Amino acid sequence: MDFSFTEEQTLLRNSIQKFVQDEYDFDTRRKIIASDEGMKEENWQTLAELGLLAAPFTEEQGGFGGGPIETMIVMEEFGRGLVVEPYAPTVIQCGGFLRYAGSSEQQEALIPQIIEGKLKMAFAYAEPQGRYNLADLTTTAEQKGGDFVINGYKAVVIGGPWADKFIVTARTSGSQREEKGVTVFIIDKGADGVSTRDYPTVDGFRASELTLENVVVGKDAVVGEVDNGLPLVEKIADEAIAAYCAEAIGAMKVLNDTTVEYCKTRKQFGQPIGKFQVLQHRMVDMFMEYEQSVSMTYMVNLKLEEDEIERKKAASGAKVQIGKSGRFVGQQSVQLHGGMGMTDELNVGHYFKRLTMIDTAFGNVDHHLKRYAKLSQA
Amino acid sequence: MDFNFTKEDEAFRAEVRAFIEEKYPDSLKGKVRRDELEREDFLAWHKVLAEKGWVAPSWPEEWGGTDWSVTQRYIWNEENARADTVPLLPFGLSMVGPVIYTFGNEEQKKHYLPRIYNGEDWWCQGYSEPGSGSDLASLRTKAVREGDHYIVNGMKTWTTLAQYADWIFCLVRTDSDAKAQEGISFLLIDMNTPGIEVKPIITLDGSHEVNEVFLTDVKVPVENLIGEENKGWTYAKFLLGHERSGIAGVARSKRNIDRLKEIARSELVDGEQLIRQADFEGKLAQLEIDLTALEFTELRTLASESAGKGPGPESSILKIKGTEIQQRITELTLEAVGYQGMPYQRDLGDNVRPIGPEYAEMSAPTYFNTRKTSIYGGSNEIQRNIIAKMVLGL
Repeated sequence: MDFSFTEEQTLLRNSIQKFVQDEYDFDTRRKIIASDEGMKEENWQTLAELGLLAAPFTEEQGGFGGGPIETMIVMEEFGRGLVVEPYAPTVIQCGGFLRYAGSSEQQEALIPQIIEGKLKMAFAYAEPQGRYNLADLTTTAEQKGGDFVINGYKAVVIGGPWADKFIVTARTSGSQREEKGVTVFIIDKGADGVSTRDYPTVDGFRASELTLENVVVGKDAVVGEVDNGLPLVEKIADEAIAAYCAEAIGAMKVLNDTTVEYCKTRKQFGQPIGKFQVLQHRMVDMFMEYEQSVSMTYMVNLKLEEDEIERKKAASGAKVQIGKSGRFVGQQSVQLHGGMGMTDELNVGHYFKRLTMIDTAFGNVDHHLKRYAKLSQA
Repeated sequence: MDFNFTKEDEAFRAEVRAFIEEKYPDSLKGKVRRDELEREDFLAWHKVLAEKGWVAPSWPEEWGGTDWSVTQRYIWNEENARADTVPLLPFGLSMVGPVIYTFGNEEQKKHYLPRIYNGEDWWCQGYSEPGSGSDLASLRTKAVREGDHYIVNGMKTWTTLAQYADWIFCLVRTDSDAKAQEGISFLLIDMNTPGIEVKPIITLDGSHEVNEVFLTDVKVPVENLIGEENKGWTYAKFLLGHERSGIAGVARSKRNIDRLKEIARSELVDGEQLIRQADFEGKLAQLEIDLTALEFTELRTLASESAGKGPGPESSILKIKGTEIQQRITELTLEAVGYQGMPYQRDLGDNVRPIGPEYAEMSAPTYFNTRKTSIYGGSNEIQRNIIAKMVLGL
């Protein structure tokens, strides 16, 4: 049993910390998210130079063969800086599809481009009627000759405005919520019939609504097996959850530190408000929520490579913890900062908003409680 | 003990409903929900009510109060919430108004009360300062008497809608040597006086609701002092008591729960309505039960108020429970819409169709914004202190 990080992992953490410190102070981030682009291309190139875009890919694929712990470190530090560049969609989610199930042609064509910072991708899976059920799809892909004709609508595709290509889930057979019949496709943003409506999100990211009208793709656009895409989609979703948990603990840590510091310096009734027991206990609860979240984040990242049931339980358990703790820590950080916590000017509200939205990514607390309950009774 | 509506009550309800249906300006419909209210929108409804004689039901009849029973006031609030009318701003009607008719002199009453009533003057509240939030009595904005004027210097913050205000009622320090609470006075200041500067504070949801107000050598005539010099803390506490009793927002919360139910009927989980899910259903039921308890607590408070007792420290319960419920409603609403709450739509512009379902549009900003309710009007921590000290005697 060992919960310590290797020397390489510590170096990795240091390099990201330096990036966040140098390029991502709060004011700089505000400018980035207010810009037309909504992200900074230079930062993306820096991430490529630092090797972060290559981290999870195998050495044969041109990467560094990093595992879940490396991804966790990256995302935790990004969480501290509220980094908006599309690392999770491009490298973790779409990169994951390519790593696990991409054909050798797909891998050779796309992975080097991702690693070099030339290709951004986004994962379009959510459909309004499907809520958090990844198999609930009305987007269809009909086989015609050797091609597929795709029609449908995807909501809130994070990183969509920056993406050159989308990974899209569509139904190739079966009924609307059937497990079998889900297929994963790569679609070019520029392909005929693809249209997007781009917008900022409430937490400072950018996303798109994606409409697909008679988009024709060849067999070579399929990732993995036709009709059998769901297990792969679930694996990627669980890995995305593990990454978002790491991002969340980074954000929670900043909030807790900032709040404790504020309560030590803010004086009312002739003393620092941190001297009031009711606030001390509140901050102790925030601290415990954070520690429990760190534990669950380590747990899920350590179990990502275990068998399917264990992995799913780990992901759902961690997402429940992060959802609840993120809400508590976020709300209480605002509360303890008083009016200041309500302002756009202070960083606190921005971390609170991000934590709120992480709960809606790949299933909220209720969704994962139910999923966990089902799995643990199975 | 009785909780039945009499025939007269039902007739009153019908009258109110018909009046709102007929007179509520079409131009305002939907604006409350979309959070698009500007100065003229607030005033439009205020003026309709002033004309009818219904804008300040709780005021003394002499100044335009309606002498409605507790039941009638309850019905009034319910019907307004039901129609989603623009809320009346409390700063004139329920804050400075009651202070003026309770502690002001005849001249002040005659001058200010009709102007508040008719919506001629827009008031804002000059209480909080950067260093004085929960510990309001530590405020440092200073007023020094020079002849027949006070010269005011200092800064106020979190001043709601000061950007529209004609007047500000301010707590100022007139005696620096006295104990904190004893050197404070209550001054009415014309916002057009030279030396006043208003700067916006943008909140985390992206809206401009609150401001900083800077006062530099502002000359205020002594006749703008309410009551006695250095007795302002008494008036301030009276006002805060009033603020607390209006803060429960029961009728609006009922309306918002109804809206949440509509959303939860539209949202699907595995093809079934969200509202049919055991976990969600349970949370919704719990909210309704808590709101019912609050409703009856408020009615008990109002009943004892109309029997002649002013709002006591117990009214802190209404503030705490009322704001907690408001926050939980916005939280559950955001939960109901899920990731569809993510698009930031405030800058979308007019006549542009919303991204995703219309009901999801404001869910996240509303949730973020509503975090303020447990902070403002005396934070909920302070309200608990008040109950501990004043009610339980701890």
